Amino acid sequence: MSFVSFEFLLFLLILFVLYYTLPRRFQWMLLLVGSLVFYAFASPKYLIYIAVTAMSTWAAGRAISAEYRGRDSYIKETPDITKEQKKARKEAAKKKAKTIMVLCLVLNLGILAVIKYTDFFISNINSLFGADIAFMRFALPMGISFYTFMSAGYIIDVFRGKYAAEENPARFALFVSFFPQLVQGPISRFDDLSKSLYEEHAFDAQSITHGAWRVLWGYFKKMVVADRLAPLVAGIAGSPDKYAGGYVLALIFFYSLQIYADFTGGIDITIGIAKMFGVKVTENFDRPFFSRNIAEFWRRWHITMGTWFKDYIFYPVSVSKWMMKVSKWSRAKLGNTVGKRVPVYLSTILVWLATGIWHGASWNFVVWGLLNCVVIMISQEISPLYDKFHKRFSFSNTKGWDIFQMFRTFWLMGFLRVLDVYRDVPLTFRMVPTIFSGRGWSEMFSGGLLKFGLSTADFVVVLAACIVMLVVGILQGRGTVCGQLSEKPRAVRWTVIWVLIVIIITLGAYGIGYDAAQFIYNQF
Amino acid sequence: MKKRIISIAAAVIVLAATFFLLQRLLMPKYISVNEEGGLAAEYYDNAGNNDVIFIGDCEVYTNYSPIKMWTERGITSYIRGTPQQMIWQAYYMLEDALRYETPKVVIYNVLSMKHGEPESEAYNRLALDGMRWSSTKYRAIKASMTEEESVISYVFPLLRFHSRWSEITAEDFEYMFKTEPLSHNGYLMRIDTKPAGTVPDPIPLPDYSFAQVCWDYLEKIRSLCEDNGIQLILVKAPTLYPAWYPQWEEQIEAYAKEHGLTYLNFLEKTEEIGIDYTKDTFDAGMHLNLSGAEKLAAWLADYLADNTAVSDRRGDTATAEQWQKKIEFYEAMQASQKKQLEENGSLNSFR
Repeated sequence: MSFVSFEFLLFLLILFVLYYTLPRRFQWMLLLVGSLVFYAFASPKYLIYIAVTAMSTWAAGRAISAEYRGRDSYIKETPDITKEQKKARKEAAKKKAKTIMVLCLVLNLGILAVIKYTDFFISNINSLFGADIAFMRFALPMGISFYTFMSAGYIIDVFRGKYAAEENPARFALFVSFFPQLVQGPISRFDDLSKSLYEEHAFDAQSITHGAWRVLWGYFKKMVVADRLAPLVAGIAGSPDKYAGGYVLALIFFYSLQIYADFTGGIDITIGIAKMFGVKVTENFDRPFFSRNIAEFWRRWHITMGTWFKDYIFYPVSVSKWMMKVSKWSRAKLGNTVGKRVPVYLSTILVWLATGIWHGASWNFVVWGLLNCVVIMISQEISPLYDKFHKRFSFSNTKGWDIFQMFRTFWLMGFLRVLDVYRDVPLTFRMVPTIFSGRGWSEMFSGGLLKFGLSTADFVVVLAACIVMLVVGILQGRGTVCGQLSEKPRAVRWTVIWVLIVIIITLGAYGIGYDAAQFIYNQF
Repeated sequence: MKKRIISIAAAVIVLAATFFLLQRLLMPKYISVNEEGGLAAEYYDNAGNNDVIFIGDCEVYTNYSPIKMWTERGITSYIRGTPQQMIWQAYYMLEDALRYETPKVVIYNVLSMKHGEPESEAYNRLALDGMRWSSTKYRAIKASMTEEESVISYVFPLLRFHSRWSEITAEDFEYMFKTEPLSHNGYLMRIDTKPAGTVPDPIPLPDYSFAQVCWDYLEKIRSLCEDNGIQLILVKAPTLYPAWYPQWEEQIEAYAKEHGLTYLNFLEKTEEIGIDYTKDTFDAGMHLNLSGAEKLAAWLADYLADNTAVSDRRGDTATAEQWQKKIEFYEAMQASQKKQLEENGSLNSFR
């Protein structure tokens, strides 16, 4: 059941009506049932995967909490305990909790690894050793990367004692399976989501209205921009021999717009729907195209993934015992200036490798992740030069320079992202240089871009929609757009909503004649 | 609270009105393009007084002239034909017609027995969008939909035709709330001629059996007629192409015989009717032109008058007045098409 389907809107309407008419104590249960129904629409057999992850993580969390409770009560109830005994008891509990956590992570990350990466592994074995091992072709359960990471984050947090484990398995199952975020995230944290997910919600007209506005805005981006550009992007990327040179630059530009509108649009729909049910889902974007460098871009794009890798991979690896040893060794061998960077860079490389692999089981994502890492590290290394440059030239503090930096970041990210479009590393490195070969440019501007099912009118729509997204982005810099819109007179508010609905219905790329594209991040 | 309810109600009304207007604007008008798309809706302006109803595909709406049947034998008839009408659509067209009138005779053209499953969204639209809403239409949609279609897009055609926003013309504005009549009680007039040449040899088929679903709907048509005291006549139009295989003929003959139905295969009666394929077809034998349709209608009118319960209605003043207007429209269109032929050498429009 796609977000962009009438079945989904009907499902949402029924769930919404029931949610606010049933006694409030049943609200979270209804959300759980709704989430399972939504998931079952993808395929009932996928419920097994999510159920295994949810229940094993819940049980592991309970076991860890029980261990900690046992430790605390033992210490409390044994007044004459020595410091050493106390420490030993704590260490024993920690060790046992760690074993439980590791087993839980191995199980769930193992499921993810087997389902998502087995064929990647086989294809590499086949290539390297000339073997002919048959591919397993596991079907990828919807949202597996997202709910597995949410569960993993939860069990690590419980192990760290950040919060107590959830006692009710059904409530925990709701955290893992909450339907709006199954499609493409965000990767929510239990302590962020659980409170509003489980508490009772009265009918709050303002919250519901703001949620509905956000949903509409998401549909606008998805249906008017992303799905309209989908055939163009697929057409250029699908025939690299035919469409090279200027077309590759067009591909980079339009794919950047498509994935932005697709992913942020999907997240707007997710957050808006959750808000309509009174649930507060973490923001996943902060106007990423206003970023002035790649590091900033990654702090503003897919925020929950970035913070997940930072909290659960970067920091633990950076402070791990073996990294400390590496740090000590590198400082001794390479000197303090270079040596102190080694552990940081190793952790950074690991994070970007993981980020790349998380996005997909293929080398293009691995290379894409590592290239992001390289650009970020180079930026970091030459930042003193930048500082000197900024001090020397006054224009570097102007608005124009900011805009130049945003423009530069947009294109730099676009060039990296082209690996995601061609999904083939050698092909990507063959195609990108053709941009400078002069090929395809004149053809492209003499009707070549109209070969992919988009008319001139479609390009006008995309241009106008981009201007609207830009204006909204600027407004977001002054606070939430919903908040700003709420302060306008009723006539203005209704007119804006009316125009948005009419545009989505009329100009949206949906129905027969359009190949409705699934959300791009749904496959990750 | 009261103010809030009023403003929400006002917003809903404004939104509904907007969608209504957009839908009227964006739906195809079938005036200068795909004119056959207007056929299904025209029925409702002519329902209530027809003794004969035709159902079927283009082999009915191009091959029989109801006006000729009236002028020859005073028979009132209507053709509920649409392009590539499937048998389930034929059934629901009949069921729909019975909501407005009960004819004495129903004539079903058997060519659509060859289509065993939904094939084309475009043809579905031409048949179904013009039907008035009823449970019959809903069932017709359910029976007709291809995999890519959804019921909701028939309920709100704007969801299907929204993509026409970039191709709307002055015609879309002009015909938002009106249309122009196209047919003559369902008959689509063509006066031009393209003689039949060599007809391609029929391609052998791996299986000549009609699909079970077609038999089921034929049985439903028969039962519906029986339950309403209507005589069902099966016909095969005298068209040279597409092929009508002997194996198909045998199956229809056997069915007609088993159920005591009349089956008229006009391919076997062309000489008797007087059809001349060098003069009576506008597309080399696939469909008859006006001259051919009038010959066939005259023969059929005689047959119906002599062999069924239909009667001569020309003595009924009110009916005669109605049909006089139809004759005038028929003659005007003939003149218009003749003028086009004289001026351009071909027809640009039916009207």
